[in-house]
This record gives sequence, structure tokens and C-alpha cells, in this order.
Amino acid sequence: MGERELMKGNEAMAEAAIRAGCRYFFGYPITPQSELLEYMARHLAGRGGVFLQAESEVSAINMVYGAAGAGARVMTATSSPGFSLMQEGLSYMAGAELPAVVVNVVRGGPGLGGLQPAQSDYFQATKGGGHGDYRLIVLAPSSPQEAADLVYEAFDVADRYRNVVLILADSILAQAMEPVELPPARDPASLPAKPWATVGRGERAEPNLVNSLYLAAEDLWALNQRLQAKYRRIEAEETRWAEEWTEEADWLVVAYGSMARIALAAIRQLRREEGLRVGLFRPISLWPFPSRALARRAAGTRGVLTMEMSTGQMVEDVRLAVEGAVPVRFFGKTGGVVPEVEEAVEAIRRMVAETEPRHAHPVR
Amino acid sequence: MSVTLRPVFEPTRGLRSDRVTHYCPGCTHGVAHRLVAEVLEELGVLERTVGVASVGCSVLAYNYFLVDMQEAAHGRAPAVATGIKRVLPDRVVFAYQGDGDLAAIGMAEIVHAAARGENITVIFINNANYGMTSGQMAPTTLVGQRTTTTPLGRDPAQAGYPIRVAELLDTLDGPAYIARGSLHDTAHVLQAKRYIRKAFQAQLEGRGFSLVELLSSCPTNWGLEPVEALDFIRERLVPHYPLGELRKPEGVR
Ligand SMILES: Cc1ncc(C[n+]2csc(CCOP(=O)(O)OP(=O)(O)O)c2C)c(N)n1
Ligand code: SF4
Repeated sequence: MGERELMKGNEAMAEAAIRAGCRYFFGYPITPQSELLEYMARHLAGRGGVFLQAESEVSAINMVYGAAGAGARVMTATSSPGFSLMQEGLSYMAGAELPAVVVNVVRGGPGLGGLQPAQSDYFQATKGGGHGDYRLIVLAPSSPQEAADLVYEAFDVADRYRNVVLILADSILAQAMEPVELPPARDPASLPAKPWATVGRGERAEPNLVNSLYLAAEDLWALNQRLQAKYRRIEAEETRWAEEWTEEADWLVVAYGSMARIALAAIRQLRREEGLRVGLFRPISLWPFPSRALARRAAGTRGVLTMEMSTGQMVEDVRLAVEGAVPVRFFGKTGGVVPEVEEAVEAIRRMVAETEPRHAHPVR
Repeated sequence: MSVTLRPVFEPTRGLRSDRVTHYCPGCTHGVAHRLVAEVLEELGVLERTVGVASVGCSVLAYNYFLVDMQEAAHGRAPAVATGIKRVLPDRVVFAYQGDGDLAAIGMAEIVHAAARGENITVIFINNANYGMTSGQMAPTTLVGQRTTTTPLGRDPAQAGYPIRVAELLDTLDGPAYIARGSLHDTAHVLQAKRYIRKAFQAQLEGRGFSLVELLSSCPTNWGLEPVEALDFIRERLVPHYPLGELRKPEGVR
């Protein structure tokens, strides 16, 4: 058992990364992720690592590219406007198949937006974000504890597939203080070897190359086929979700991150006070999206309600998963306005009323 | 009686001898490659060098250098090199960039790598235009110089003035070594090689950021014969971009 400490989500993610063997952090200040950056600035040097404040998020992600290509466990963290600036670098990392962990503590947008929590970067995170056909593995924690656990594991997942893992967080969990049990520090000798890394040719006859340029169309097609095969493998092996009261549920709420905690409070209240059999389906991997598990769960219900701190982004994936088998409704607020539990209760009641059998089959 | 034949020329082990480069006839990118490779070989560091290629005509440099390489996004080579060097401080790390790459889209990355005194070496090819995208104006294009995007010649009232990168970086405290050489004749090629050697030596001694700007030809997009292009460097570029060492570490002659 590790020790339990009262920590902010941002700090828990930073400490978990260091314990996972991450010794390099390149970042640029932006609210609400700055505690993560500052934690790295305070702790990395003393633990044999390097913290470097870059001149922009553009530079930060390219430093990550260089360090990942040199074989290191490396991380950066940002918030929405900075994440937009990183898209070019992330696309190049996808093409060059470089592993790294990136944290986006999402804030309201578009534009400079605001500083309050939101989930409005879902499309950008899960559908590629930059140019080209690629995917990031996107993990969405809903508590500081889960954030620490996912960051810790993310480095192994990134190395396993030579793929960027994105932790999509929000400032509720990033700035909330909760007790966190930290994972044990990894022995650097136990980290996977990276024979493809550019570390100097040494005895090798052929130099190593980290690259995403393929001028011949057939070669670029071959790269894309290889990437797609990898993505299918990731879908098969890395899809994650959690469920609460979904056995024999009449209705399903789908929500992730902090929104899922609000949804759970609402569901608990409705089950207790009104005896409604509502369950919670919480995607943890937003890509790969747990489509099959969700379809299975949704099949026996009367309706599904997606709740997001956005104007409706994940709901598109929910609809694709459910494929019209049952009605899919949406409730969300964004711009930093966090839905209250009471509003979530109302939204569920509305969905229940609209999908009761008498509604679904009107009296003739 | 046995006779020992001494070779008068041997190709550098730093470049693949089995490949012909894609550079146009009369382009001095190839000369710059050879100088860098020879210096790395002479310093005995080929096996522990990591190079960073940039976006421009030299994007395929990784096909020629026999060292581990990374290909960076347009303008980002100094950031990529920073990431590599911070992980591998005992390796030799260099970036090879054109003037569009370094002085337009990548100006932030180069200025901050230099200001940090990042212990890397940058080879900066100034050919006064964007070669790869077929001859548009670069930040180094001379006033009056015709390019495909300044068809009447660069007009400062509309398109501003050329940037002297070596001088600009010389205003910073971070760099250890800054020089500008030219590739237009043998004497200058040899001088350029001395600059490149000192730049890598500065890195090996851990002195910090080093950059060698090289005035380089682009006969194809200048619309000149190879020899005329070398004349253009001598007559037009050198007067605007003075040659020499702008910054040297203490004790280096
Ligand atoms: C983000 C981005 N913008 C534009 C381009 C197109 N592009 C490729 S090379 C180049 C100019 C390169 O010129 P320079 O750095 O001067 O090198 P040269 O080709 O002259 O050696 C441009 C604009 C690109 N590849 N990426
Ligand atoms: S276009 Fe210009 S810079 Fe590019 S290879 Fe040809 S001559 Fe060299």
C-alpha cells in the first residue's frame, strides 16, 4: 500500500508521472494547469530530471517530440488554447509514432474563452485534432485519484503502442484537493527498451530516423495502413469504462470526467427518492470510445441521456454507438458554467418522462 | 619493391557514399552537408551525433548523413534539438535549417534556443529565398531582389527589410559562438569549414549555443547558371551579409 496524501489533481498527476519514470517536462504556463507545471519545476531537477519552461506550447510539444525521439519518458501539460497550438506537433508525433503523455486541463472556449471548467475540447481530443488520419489515446479521469492512476499507466500505454496518450481533465478535478494514494516509484531499469530511438548511431551500421515524411504516395499509404492496424489493436485492448447501477437499469446516463460525478449524485437522489432505475455509464477511454459496451448496456433500456460540460460533442459518439436502438437525449452547459446536481436531476426526469412507454407508444 | 599509394581524396564517412543527393546542379546545400560531415568525422563524434533536419530543400538531409536523425516540423528544429540535447547531454546535437525555416516561421524557436544558451549547433543556410517551394521571398531576400512573391523586386515599403540573423542573435547573452561564412569559392568554403569546426568544438566543450550562417546558392530559383549564382553571392549577398566571426568563446582564436 502506498501512502495517502491530500493533493490537488494537478499535483497528483505530476507526482504520478515522476513515479512512472517521467524525467522530462517541457511546458508553458496557462490556467488551470499551472500547478502541474510548477510542481514539475519544483521536483524534477532534484530527482535527476529536467524541467524546461518553453517559449510557447508550439515549442513545448516540439521539445517533447525531440525528447521522445531520444527515448525518454516525457510529458507536457496545457489547457485548451495551448492544446490548440500543440496540434501540429501532435500530428507529427503521430506520423513519427512517438510515445509521450500530454495533459489537457480543459477550460471554456472558443477563443481565449474563460478559466472555468469545461469539456468542450472533446472533438479536438478524440477525432485527431491536427491534420492527417491519426488518433491519440484519450483517457478521462473523474477524480484526483483516478487522474494519478491513469497518468501513471499512460506512460506504459504510450510506450506499448508508440502513441501519444492524452489525459483529458477539467479544472474541477485538477484543482480539487482529495486524498490520493500514490503509486510506487518505477525502477528506471524496468522501463522498456527503445531500440528505435535516436541516441547516436554507436555500433549500429544503419542510423535511426524519427520522421513523418513519406514523399512516395505508396509509402505514405503503407504508413497509414500500419497506423490503422495499430489503432484497431488499441481499440481491442485499451477500451475502458466504468458502470454504476447499470444492471437492470431502465435508463442510462452517459457522462465522463467531473460531469460523471455530478450525474452520479443526481442518479443517487432519483433512485433514493423516486425509485427510478437509472444507471451511469462512464467512458474512461474517450478514444477508443467504449461503443460496444455502451451499445450492449443501452439495448435493454428505454433511453439514454448524455451529459456534458459542452453543447454536445460526446453525444455524437453515443448516438453512433447506440445506432438508434433507443432514444438518445442530451443535456449540457458550457463556457465554464457547471451544471448543478438539481439541473441534472431535472434533465434525467425530462428524459424519463419523454421515454416512458406511454410516450414511446402513444395511445391510438 | 612495394609501392604504397596514398589516397589524395577520400569521401567522408559522415555521408552515405552510395547516394546521389536531390539538390539541383550548382546548389551549395551539398557542400554544406559535406563540411558538416567532415567536421563531425574529424572530431570523431559521428557515432554519438544526433542531427535534426528541417523543412526546406534540406528536408531529406537524413537520407545523406550517416548519423541518427530526427525530422522536425517547419521552423521547430531548435525546439526538437533542445528536447534531444536535454535528454542526451553528452551527445552532439545539431540542427540544419534554411532561412525560411529559421528566420520566418521558426524565429521564436531559434531566438529562445540561442537565449537559453542551449548547447547545440545550428547550421543556417541563407540562400535569400524559399528554395523548396520554388523561390518565394524569404526574410533574407534582399531589397530589390525578384522572387515569385516579389515579382517586381522586394519593395521595403510593402515587404519590409531583410533580417541579418547572425547579428540579431549576437545581441543575446546566450550564444557562445556565432559566425557567418560563404560557400561561393574554395577559400571561403575552407573558411566556412573552420567556422563549423569551432561551432561544434564549442558544443563539445559545453560552452553553449553555436550557429554558423552560410551564404548559399540557389541557381534554380535565382534564374542563374551555377557559376553566375556564385557571383551573385559574392557581389550581392556578401556586401549585405558581412562575413566573419561575430561571437567567440573566451580563449578561442
Ligand atoms: C507549416 C508549413 N508551412 C509551409 C510549408 C511549406 N514549405 C515547405 S519548405 C518551405 C520554405 C523553405 O525555405 P527555406 O527554409 O528557405 O529552405 P530552402 O528550401 O531555401 O533550403 C515552405 C514554406 C510547410 N511544409 N509547413
Ligand atoms: S531549389 Fe535552390 S536551394 Fe533547393 S536544391 Fe535547388 S538550388 Fe538548392
